[in-house]
Amino acid sequence: MQLFPCPFCGPRSESEFHFGGDFGNLRPEGSDVSASEWSAYLHLRANPKGSSSEVWMHMTCGELFRMDRNTVDNTVNSSAELEDTHR
Amino acid sequence: MTRHYSALSLLKEGLNDQRGWQKAWRSPEPAGRYDLIIIGGGGQGLATAYYLAKNHGITNVAVIERGWLGGGNTGRNTTVVRSNYFFPESVALYDMSLKLYEKLSLELNYNVMLSQRGMVNLAHSPNDLEMAARAVNAMQINGVDASLLSEAETRDLMPLYNDSPTARWPIYGSVLQKRAGTARHDAVAWAYARAADRLGVDIIQNCDVTEFIVENGRCRGVRTSRGDIRAERVGMAVAGHSSALAAKAGFRLPIVSYALQACVSEPIKPALDCIVLSPSTGVYASQSDKGEMVIGGGLDRIPSYGQRGNLPVLEHIISGLLEMFPSFRQLRLMRQWAGIVDVVPDSSPILGESPVPGLYLNCGWGTGGFKAIPAGGTLLAHLLATGTHHEVSRPFDLDRFARGRLIDEAAGSGIAH
Repeated sequence: MQLFPCPFCGPRSESEFHFGGDFGNLRPEGSDVSASEWSAYLHLRANPKGSSSEVWMHMTCGELFRMDRNTVDNTVNSSAELEDTHR
Repeated sequence: MTRHYSALSLLKEGLNDQRGWQKAWRSPEPAGRYDLIIIGGGGQGLATAYYLAKNHGITNVAVIERGWLGGGNTGRNTTVVRSNYFFPESVALYDMSLKLYEKLSLELNYNVMLSQRGMVNLAHSPNDLEMAARAVNAMQINGVDASLLSEAETRDLMPLYNDSPTARWPIYGSVLQKRAGTARHDAVAWAYARAADRLGVDIIQNCDVTEFIVENGRCRGVRTSRGDIRAERVGMAVAGHSSALAAKAGFRLPIVSYALQACVSEPIKPALDCIVLSPSTGVYASQSDKGEMVIGGGLDRIPSYGQRGNLPVLEHIISGLLEMFPSFRQLRLMRQWAGIVDVVPDSSPILGESPVPGLYLNCGWGTGGFKAIPAGGTLLAHLLATGTHHEVSRPFDLDRFARGRLIDEAAGSGIAH
């Protein structure tokens, strides 16, 4: 059982968290978004091997936050509240 | 030297103190140039090499493997082969694969131990049973064998299933695909490797691809830990590591890599004749030829490249299994492991040219690549040899995401990922 650090609740069991995708994958704005841009936003993922910046939800408190971790050894480097521009 | 495997050659080598067996494949040094390169020496890559030689007569081919043959997901799956899918596109693909599996041992002169013992998908409620009938109808319309079993018929197949009146997951019926079964996973990789090698393909192990050679926007080969290797076209069949290689080529894929766990119990006497899957517990199990219970379940929910697997998911799988078969409580687990699977939003594979011309993809099989090895190999070979799609692979092109033509088997056949 791994503990993930929720910025609001502290270290909690991994089973309370839900993966929310790449950090910085922002929804394209405007009315002239092409099908490929929209598809890239919806489907394409960095899925890096190693350091990864991600958005996670702590389902118990319902908050989204940023977590930086390593996808090979699963260590967590940091977690932080999302800035307003990434909400 | 004895090359052909038969009862006669066994007898001959038995009398000869087993000294005449030829190595199943060579270990050549990489040449600087081939017609085609395949990255990934798992089942998919090795099958691609074999079908390139057999179907298209192209033998100046290299298979490049970072580790050892079949050491990734080919050696880590639960060996189930089946074609009980929902959409016509999927059935065409997976039944092509199952039909090739059915003649594979004879064709490759290698016993892949295909055992078509039948696969049972359980229905745990009247609503499940209606969905089961829908699945059976879809499969029959698509020309694949399927039958709807009653509770009694299902229990006949698995007498150890929980029959308590208070069981959390009672049986209301099930879907049976009789042609589904298991095959020896290592043997599938080794059989394709041996057959491809015999046709002239170079299989190069312990060779890590570090970079792609791209000239005028076109992929012309790879840089590896053992030197540059150039080719007209490059195919990649690297499952959970597809995104990592795609990053080297400068594009992203609609893939997230997760660990998928499995485990086996100690060997026991025959206790389970079929493969059984409960969509509700997410657990499936079969008994290996050695007698071990082979147990699998859903994905770890944390994207990862660590081939380990985490404890909460293992606990969830085992608790589901014990709810289904309470007597398995006595069993001890012998081994537990995980493979890194390439999960796509619509749970269907990606076959076709990548955004870099000359580089072709065979990925996105998620939790079900083993069953598709013969078809995936046939289709990637067709793409590499001709530069165009086979009619079966066309719907699975990367362009389906921008076109909105997803083939959503998670919704269609209830794949648990």
